[in-house]
Parts: sequence; structure tokens; C-alpha cells
Amino acid sequence: MKIVVLLKQTFDTEEKVVVEGGKVKEDGAQFIINPYDEYAVEEAIRIKESGDAEVVLISYGPARAEEALRKALAMGADRAILIEDETPSADEAYVAELIARAVEKEAPDILLAGYFSVDNGAGQVALRVAERLGMNHVGAVLKLTLDGDRVRAERDAEGDIEVVETTLPVLLTAQQGLNDPRYPSLPGIMKAKKKPLDRLTPGELGVERKETTQVIEQYLPPKKEAGKIIGGTAEEAARELVRLLREEAKVV
Amino acid sequence: MAGKALVLAEVKDGKLRQVTFEALAAAKRLAPSETVALLLGQEGLGAHAEALARRGADRVIIVEHPALAMYTPDGYMQALRAVVDGETPEMIVFGHTAIGRDIAPRLAARYGAGMVSDIVEIRTDDGEARFVRPIYAGKAYQVRAFADGQKIVTVRPNNIAALEADPSRTAPLERLEVEIKDLRSVVREVVKKAASGVDLTEAKVVVSGGRGTKGKEGFKLLEALAEVLGGAVGASRGACDAGYADYALQIGQTGKVVTPDLYIACGISGAIQHLAGMSNSKVIVAINKDPEAPIFQVADYGIVGDLFEVVPILIEEFKKVRVS
Repeated sequence: MKIVVLLKQTFDTEEKVVVEGGKVKEDGAQFIINPYDEYAVEEAIRIKESGDAEVVLISYGPARAEEALRKALAMGADRAILIEDETPSADEAYVAELIARAVEKEAPDILLAGYFSVDNGAGQVALRVAERLGMNHVGAVLKLTLDGDRVRAERDAEGDIEVVETTLPVLLTAQQGLNDPRYPSLPGIMKAKKKPLDRLTPGELGVERKETTQVIEQYLPPKKEAGKIIGGTAEEAARELVRLLREEAKVV
Repeated sequence: MAGKALVLAEVKDGKLRQVTFEALAAAKRLAPSETVALLLGQEGLGAHAEALARRGADRVIIVEHPALAMYTPDGYMQALRAVVDGETPEMIVFGHTAIGRDIAPRLAARYGAGMVSDIVEIRTDDGEARFVRPIYAGKAYQVRAFADGQKIVTVRPNNIAALEADPSRTAPLERLEVEIKDLRSVVREVVKKAASGVDLTEAKVVVSGGRGTKGKEGFKLLEALAEVLGGAVGASRGACDAGYADYALQIGQTGKVVTPDLYIACGISGAIQHLAGMSNSKVIVAINKDPEAPIFQVADYGIVGDLFEVVPILIEEFKKVRVS
């Protein structure tokens, strides 16, 4: 069995976002594997451990994304492909076309990806790739059971859980709660340094940079002024809060 | 915009969702030649046509089929493609809901359309439509424009105001027969977990708990407060990691992003990743024992105190208000 995992390197979620000249500043920021993609990597490795599978990582981004790929290799993935672009496009249609070309060559039985990335947050790319390759999908998966080519997945649908049955090949997007990703072991980290990591350019994939949307600008939300602290006993404060919410804020 | 707009209307628990009215309003902002609302389901959809007309639909199309009783990507794609091929809309608008975010990207890929996800505002700069969306879960905003061609957007609930219902508006209703077959997935079962029935991302009021709730019992108290206010319960990552609340309730950069009218944070310190998921709420209340908690920096109203003392009084006070 072959499993391909789509992985994006993102800002650490504890990072503050700084915007300069309409662009998010990256200098000095900590980067991580997108947390939802990390669930996808972990799930792929668990499937591999319970049977026999090759786990291939595919990422699109600048050279620094190698660090995220090496970490996932250290967790237990077998090899990685980085579609390298020092000025990555934000246009999901273009990014999906690049990734679809790379995935197509691998012809996976299972395509795994995060439900969305914590930076751009659109959740489009993996689904676009699946459509482009004629692959079915189950989104926001919380629990996965495989039996031969039969798939049973529990998915999150706005808090309710849908139990979905389908067959391979399929794209599964990982929702938080799917698993608890492991930390790479020291031997894992040593081995990861020697695992194959292929670099490709968009040109080598035969895709011309054609975007369906453009980013015009990025900005920070207006800074909130610190509000009112309501004093008094618990009872006084609670009563005053209810009054303020009704009369001043007018939200209840 | 010269062309037509198509809006996927959603019915939940027998009612049209508020985000559907917001999606109609978003479509109308672009001044399309015609706004067409589409309803997909098993049966009884005609009953919703009038409400869609009053909120801005010029025409309503319904596709009823047993295979559309439950959402599946294949079933919805087949129905949507039949409608899109017939109508050739320039713009297709979805709610950024479980269904919208699951199917819209596939539809976009199928038609080679550009898509902007999770929009909170539509602006016009020099006659050009601009679409504003949060990035980094709301730590920043991004403005996008479309190139030529078919366009798709998903609209985040609670951000674009719905049009007032206009009882004088009517819209013709059309039924479209679509052959739906060879579905590759089957929904075997739906386990209802959302306690209040109010979806977290659509709720007008969110009562959220952190580690300060000390456990599942603490969350029962928050559920009672949410119930009085007709809201939904959320949680911080700390509370979810500690097992006090289900991950489905997590609000933050991992988890859900919410923008309710009122957000009440109880026993939440306010880590950066949590603030990202809620700081664009309209009014924020923080209840926390620690006066130095960062949550107070984004709160409109703060009470430094024990949530186990304050919340029960709030429940009683809100009950009185509701009665009077």
C-alpha cells in the first residue's frame, strides 16, 4: 500500500503575527508542521505499522520547509518530495495543480492531509487535488478503521459525528482528535537525515504559474482597547455585568 | 457583476440556516443579473422557497432525491454540477459550513474556478470587488480579488448581515430532476453530540471554558448559562487537553474560529492561539480569578473572580431578564 501525506510548514500557533507593507513578516518566526497535517502524518505511520505501507510526504513551499519534512521523516515517514518555491503562491487552484501532478505520479491508495492549515485556513488544496485526480474523500476525520480496501471513518460535522463507509483509493483529511502525534525518537532523527528528499520546481512539474485569485493586501485587525473591570462582590459584579450587557452593549 | 449568482441554501433541523440568508446578502452585494437559490435534499424543500425569496432570491431551484437525504461529496457534486451546467453562474456562494467547506473546493476544481474561502466582508475598491477573509485564525486579515472566470466564495457565519425579510418579494420555484448514482461513500450513522443544537460557529452567544472550570462539572455550569442565553458552549485547548471538554468544542487557531455577538470566557487565561479564535467577537466578557490573565486585554467587560461564584448568579440574573 502507498500512502501520500500532504504537509505544509506553518507559523507556530503561539507566534504573534506582524504585518509590514501589506505582508506578514516571517523574520525570526518559529515554524512547525501544520498541526492538522501532523495528525495526518501520525495516522499514516500508524497504518504503516499495522501492516505494510510506504509513506511519502509531499510539500509545497520555500526551502525552509525541509525542516518540517525532516521532522515527519523522523516520525517514521519513508521519503519526501518538496515542490520548492521561494515565493509561494497563495492561490489554492494553482497550488492544488502543482500538488496534484506530484501526487498523480505516486498513485497512492490513501491520500492524507490536514483538515486545513492554521495559516491560510482555507482548507481547499487537498479537496481540489482529490477532485483533480477523481478520488473520493472523507473530510474532518476523527477516527479511521481500515479493513482491506474498505474504509470506515468517523467525521466531525459541526460537532455531530457521521460514520462514513467508503473504499480505497480515498483522500482523508485529519481533524483534531484523530490521534496524538508522537515525538520523533533520537534514532528516528538520525535515520531521517539519510532518508530521500527530492526537490522539484513548478517548472519541472510542467505547471505554469497561473492564478485564479490574487492577494491584494494583508492587515492586522484593529487593536482592542482594554475594557472595563467590574468590581464589587461576585453578586454585585454579576448584576452589573448583566445591566451593562443589556443597556450599554445591547447584546442580550 | 454582469452574470448570475447561485447560492447553495442549507436546511438544518427543518429550518433554513441563518448563514444561508447571509450568503444571499453576500451574493446581492455583487449586483448579479439574477440571484438563484438552490436547495438539495430528500423531500419537502418547497416549503422553504418563500423565505428564500423574501431574503433576496429571484429564483429557487430544488433538487429532491433519496440519495440527497444525507450529505455525501458524490451526491452533492452530481446535483451541483447539473445545476451549474444549466445555469452557468458567474459566482457561486456557499456558507462556510460543514457542507460548504467540504464541497465548494471540489466544485471549484471541477470548473477551474477561483475560490475565496471564509469571507467576512465584501468591499468595492474603485469598482472592483474585494473579498476580506481572516488568516492565522483571525490574527490578521487578507484581501483577495478574483481573476476573470468563474468564482466561488464561502461566507463565514455571523459576519455579513442578512437582508431584512421583505414579504412582498416572491420567486418562481423550479424542480430539477437529476440522476444521482454510484455514490462511493455511505453515511451509516449520525451520532448527535452538539448539546444545545446551536452550532458553535453560527451561535450568537458563546460561553467558553478553560482549565479554570476544573472539570466536566464546571462545564455543566457553562452549559446552563449557554442555555439561558440560547448560545453554544466552547472550550480552550487547555480544557480539551485536560479532558474536560470534547475537541469538537475547541476554539482557537487549532479548533474553531468564532465571531458571536457575545463571547463569555470563563476560567480561560487567554493564550495567543485561543485569542486568535475568538478576539473578533463583537462583545467579550472575561471571568477569571487572575487579574493578570491576558484574556482581560481583549475583554470589553471583565470580572476578577471565581467562575463558580459568578456564573450561578449570572444564570439567575439572565433568567430574570428573560422573564421580564
